[in-house]
Amino acid sequence: MSALSIEHLTVALPRGADRPYALRDVSLSIAPGEILCVVGESGSGKSVTATTIMRLMAPGVRVEAGRVMLGEADLASLPDEALRRLRGRRIAMVFQEPMTALNPLMAVGDQLAEMWRTHTDLPAEQIAERSLAALREVALPDPEGALRAYPHELSGGQRQRVMIAMALALEPELLICDEPTTALDVTTQAQILTLIRELQRRRGTAVLFITHDFGVVAEIADRVAVMQQGVVVEQGSVKQVLTAPSHDYTRRLLAAVPGLRAPPAREISPEAVLEIRNLGKTYRPAGIFRRRRAARALDGVSLTLHRGSTLGIVGESGSGKSTLARCAVGLLGFDGGEIRIAGRPLPRARQAAAHLVQMVFQDPYASLNPRRKVGDQVAQGPIAAGTARAKALAEAAELFALVGLEPSALARFPHEFSGGQRQRIGIARALAMKPEVLVADEPVSALDVSVQAQVLTLLRELQARLGLSILFITHDLRVAAQLCDEVAVMQNGLVVEAGPIGQVFEQPAHAYTKSLLAAVPGRAVLGV
Amino acid sequence: MRRALLAYIRNPAAVLGAALVLAVLAMGLAAPLLFPNDPLGLAGRPLQWPGANPRFPLGTDPSGRDIMAQLFHGARVSLLIGFVATLVATAIGIAIGALAGFYSGFVDTVLMRLTEAFQTLPNFLLLLVLVAVFGSQIETVTIAIGLVSWPPVARLTRAEFLTLRTREFVQAARVQGLSDLHLMLREVLPNALPPVIVYASVVMAVAILLESALAFLQLSDPNVPSWGNLIGLGRNVLRVEWYVSAIPGVAILLTILGVSLVGQGLNDALNPRITGR
Amino acid sequence: MRIISLAAKRLAASLPTLLLILVGIFCLLQFAPGDTVDAMLAQMGGGDAAIAADLRRFYGLDLSVAEQLTRYLWRLVRLDLGFSAIYGKPVATVILERLPATLSLMGASLSFAFAAGMALGVIAARRVNRWPDTLISTLGLIFYATPSFWFGLMAIVLFSVHLQWLPAGGFGDVAMGYTGARRVLDIAWHLVLPTLTLGLIFLAIYLRIMRASMLEVLSLDFVRTARAKGLRETRIITRHVLRNALLPMVTLIGLQAGTMLGGAVVVESVFSLPGLGRLAYESVVQRDLNTLLGIVFVSALLVIAVNFLVDMLYARLDPRIGA
Repeated sequence: MSALSIEHLTVALPRGADRPYALRDVSLSIAPGEILCVVGESGSGKSVTATTIMRLMAPGVRVEAGRVMLGEADLASLPDEALRRLRGRRIAMVFQEPMTALNPLMAVGDQLAEMWRTHTDLPAEQIAERSLAALREVALPDPEGALRAYPHELSGGQRQRVMIAMALALEPELLICDEPTTALDVTTQAQILTLIRELQRRRGTAVLFITHDFGVVAEIADRVAVMQQGVVVEQGSVKQVLTAPSHDYTRRLLAAVPGLRAPPAREISPEAVLEIRNLGKTYRPAGIFRRRRAARALDGVSLTLHRGSTLGIVGESGSGKSTLARCAVGLLGFDGGEIRIAGRPLPRARQAAAHLVQMVFQDPYASLNPRRKVGDQVAQGPIAAGTARAKALAEAAELFALVGLEPSALARFPHEFSGGQRQRIGIARALAMKPEVLVADEPVSALDVSVQAQVLTLLRELQARLGLSILFITHDLRVAAQLCDEVAVMQNGLVVEAGPIGQVFEQPAHAYTKSLLAAVPGRAVLGV
Repeated sequence: MRRALLAYIRNPAAVLGAALVLAVLAMGLAAPLLFPNDPLGLAGRPLQWPGANPRFPLGTDPSGRDIMAQLFHGARVSLLIGFVATLVATAIGIAIGALAGFYSGFVDTVLMRLTEAFQTLPNFLLLLVLVAVFGSQIETVTIAIGLVSWPPVARLTRAEFLTLRTREFVQAARVQGLSDLHLMLREVLPNALPPVIVYASVVMAVAILLESALAFLQLSDPNVPSWGNLIGLGRNVLRVEWYVSAIPGVAILLTILGVSLVGQGLNDALNPRITGR
Repeated sequence: MRIISLAAKRLAASLPTLLLILVGIFCLLQFAPGDTVDAMLAQMGGGDAAIAADLRRFYGLDLSVAEQLTRYLWRLVRLDLGFSAIYGKPVATVILERLPATLSLMGASLSFAFAAGMALGVIAARRVNRWPDTLISTLGLIFYATPSFWFGLMAIVLFSVHLQWLPAGGFGDVAMGYTGARRVLDIAWHLVLPTLTLGLIFLAIYLRIMRASMLEVLSLDFVRTARAKGLRETRIITRHVLRNALLPMVTLIGLQAGTMLGGAVVVESVFSLPGLGRLAYESVVQRDLNTLLGIVFVSALLVIAVNFLVDMLYARLDPRIGA
């Protein structure tokens, strides 16, 4: 007898969407007390599966066929009031974005207490006791304070803990987690995954866990279902699917997952093309009455990038790696230290700096101007520097060919390209200025894992052909392992450890590096 | 662009709005052809009811002037004033908002203080002061209306510029070495304009209302056949010949309704949401 | 404590704005053809140049602009608004006499527009795209497009002339000599039509903003969380959606304060109410520039005061402000 059984579910999207069906004939089942991970890329339908179970779909999305059986009841056809009574009590859900999942105007304690107030008749003191106990169980550092606090006073990880406490308050049979750790730092992610596993084991709750990360799957799943374009392509125990996948797509996905073991080190030139010495940057809060302390984003950072090699900067949010990238490229001024490119200090004049260092940005959807042709956007840098328009466009066409796009694409607009293609355009745009140094700020973090692998391969090829020197910012250590020759680990505005990547990852010296490496999910099962 | 146009045409309210505006435009254009005589000249016996005399389908006002002629000529006045005042307000507002939003810091503070000063003073009051100082000629009134209407446009433009300035494509252009002028005009402005264009319809509606209110109080140009003027004249005969005030008011209502519907239609067409209104 | 310090900061920030307004308007008025003395002479039925020069010296109108401005600002700090040549009384007295009518009108209109706009906006949002929504939204659009003075006149025709339910104007029936509660009721009865007239366009604006705000908040993540918790729809609306949706409305009150004061000019004219708006109109027509300046000052103060209260209210509603 399964806790939840999805039978031949077909879910249609509203008119005008990019595809007619979100789910087609999907069948899944979860046994009581087990963790089922549903994994897939964007467009696979995994999130729609999660929201359809409790009928929380976006407006216009509707169930066309199939049943969702929770015990004897078919959730897809249950009347609204009966479904409402089930929600929170027999099934609960944790969502992806902790920053927006809680009502910003209501205290955390009140939102937690709502669970008991809605579904039970308990008196106020008992509800208060249980709220406190629930927060203690999810290991919040100051449970009493958290009850009185407002959501904006807690961190992302703390808010997810509150969400989990709310979800498990009434001891539901099934917990649905829709990518709950995707928006969190890797160390916080590790903590939340451990928490979910512990609570699940203690209470015997069945868990449906949606994710795009095979590492997470390896870390917590009992069984796995792989989805592609609204269809379940493979299901089975985690051991079977991860070590002996039967479907082609699963094999391709697994092959695209980067491992932590770096390829053998290659020969790198001793010449330093980018030198950062003792860089400092402080953010001073604006306004007449300054109450907050100044935040020290960079506290004396020193690095060297050698010509023709890739230096990875890894760290979590708040480490200062993004600030470093923006200082290196001239977007941000700095308060101390120096930046030298090819022996000379980084010029303040925009045009002069443009020939020395260029940047590839993180968000493929925000890094191109939606109202201009992509060819113009790639060529505008050289044109502003004095190149004739025809020549600049011809060079842009060559660059497009180099990054794997058709030269005819120059005349199209950004919305006609996919995420991976847009990143290629971004790379072409950066290369158009023929810079000495290329700064890549999390260029693959917003891409699906299969597209990610393609872009990383492209960067490797370009480096080999053009002798590029790349400063590669990322939070994902596995990506760093695949691309970088050397790595620097940052924490709180300081470089805590640096060196050749094989050495740092296999014999980490600093405690923080060790904790980062330990937090990478799924190392044991995936064997990386 | 074509997608937006199609979306607009499929919206019945937006089409109605466009029809109303075109009708008023037609009235204004046809005025010198249908009513070649001075609409403010004596035409017949005063205070005739609509339909009583076939020569005056909408009757005559207390001074014996043809109401229908004034209605048609008034259409020109309203649309012209609305359009020019909106142009003035939008030009000033975009310039100030763009500079404030792009540069931040000192420039922003100064410009925002200026905007706040204009907004703290009730705009009709400022309009009265301007008319008191500079006179009631129609050109003065039009520019004055533009001068009191720019602050909301500036705020909107500034908000758009503040958001867009930190977008990655703007930063990318900066890193490519492009100048501030290029960034403002070719990267940010084309993306900031759509909501401002939509808001221009609100500015136009307000401009027409302001002019008619001014005319109602007999503070606008008396030599111009404004709808508001007619409503003001009808005030003294309200008890019996209320049609003198009623008819031009309906005209104003329909014009503003049309302009508002066009604005809403533009908004819905440029910001489509699959989930429906 | 946090709220008071926040509000004090905002208040201090509005002082330069006030200064800018006063200096600006003062300089603007220097361009006016004819000054107070001309108006006085016109009232007196004419006079020769010598009398005019004497009067100018008496009122300090012969000094340079900069000196006049400094004297004026200095007097303002002591809340001395000067003397109205037309009314023969200090400007401050004239304004204070007219203030109650305007404040009652604005207070009543704001309350009416806010309450009705909020209620109708919530209904429209909850029944979005169905007939209540279409009806309410259409009505809102028509109210927005209706010129207030025209509506006032038509309302007088219908309710005063034909139906004879409500009075056609005036701030209470002075001839009857009511006192106490009866007087208050009489004033309220006379304010029904003016309140409706002034509040109409703001009702339309609040309605539209409330509806849009509700729809926006209903699509936010935390509402989905509340549904996932199994909360009743009514509780979701009242405890989660409403408070969040009200925030833009509260801001709007502050932004619309000035516009409402401007609207009062016209409405007071239509209904013959002895308020500040009508005083402004009369000052313009009679060239009483002192009074006009005084009204500008008081209006700006009023708008700043309203914004101050709005900021305090907003800070109370939203714990994220000043955090």
